[in-house]
Amino acid sequence: MKTFASFPSKIYLLLVLMVILGPLGNVLLGKGMKHIEATSWNPADVLHFLARLSASGSIWLGIVCLMAFFAVYMLVLSWADYSYVQPASAMAYAMVALLAHFVLGEVVTPMRWMGVLIICLGVLVVGQTPPRTTEYKE
Amino acid sequence: MKNEIVLLLLIVVAGTGGELCVARAMRAVGPATNFQPAALLRLIRRALQNGWMWLGFLLMAVGFFSLLEMLSLENVSFVVPVTALSYGLGALGGKVFLREQVTRRRWAGVLLVCLGVGLVLIGRP
Repeated sequence: MKTFASFPSKIYLLLVLMVILGPLGNVLLGKGMKHIEATSWNPADVLHFLARLSASGSIWLGIVCLMAFFAVYMLVLSWADYSYVQPASAMAYAMVALLAHFVLGEVVTPMRWMGVLIICLGVLVVGQTPPRTTEYKE
Repeated sequence: MKNEIVLLLLIVVAGTGGELCVARAMRAVGPATNFQPAALLRLIRRALQNGWMWLGFLLMAVGFFSLLEMLSLENVSFVVPVTALSYGLGALGGKVFLREQVTRRRWAGVLLVCLGVGLVLIGRP
């Protein structure tokens, strides 16, 4: 708890980074996958699928974003509860909807926007609970 | 549709299980004390020596490739919000597996998230 208390602004900064990097990675993957057909579990088809994945710049950029996201995620988890960090990262849903709408041109219905807003509200409620409720194992 | 349901289950169960394992490993490793690159590398090295971290990687990889496959079938604004179902599982896992205190307020937030997910599903174009 002492360590967490001494780094609050850095925690928030890292959470913001998570909210940006995660959705950006997912949207880039989505963009890359648009040009790749779904595969069957036949080994030859799976190999062809993986070859097409590795040839996509969007897929690689998406993977880099998600790797950076994961490094930040590990750092945050070294300070706070999983059940605190996980909801905080869900603030990303609003960003996913925005990116999907404005970058990918996907249709986001009013009902879906409402769902995203309620998800964010739930995240805020969870975020009001203590960030760390357990001790470190030495 | 049956294939998509299996993929969604893999995304949620394997993904959340993996994150819980990573959280358990990071708790065992202890808090990061500074942001110097050498210190961060030491932290990551310690984390990689923990078995829970590798189990977490494995499960998250299963979830990740299921997500990739799912993204080729559905729009990202549908797929990603559905993965929020992992919040219920995450809260349960935090309580049982990590011994975290999941209060009524935290559960209320989780229920709101699930409601939001339901609306996202219904709002599918």
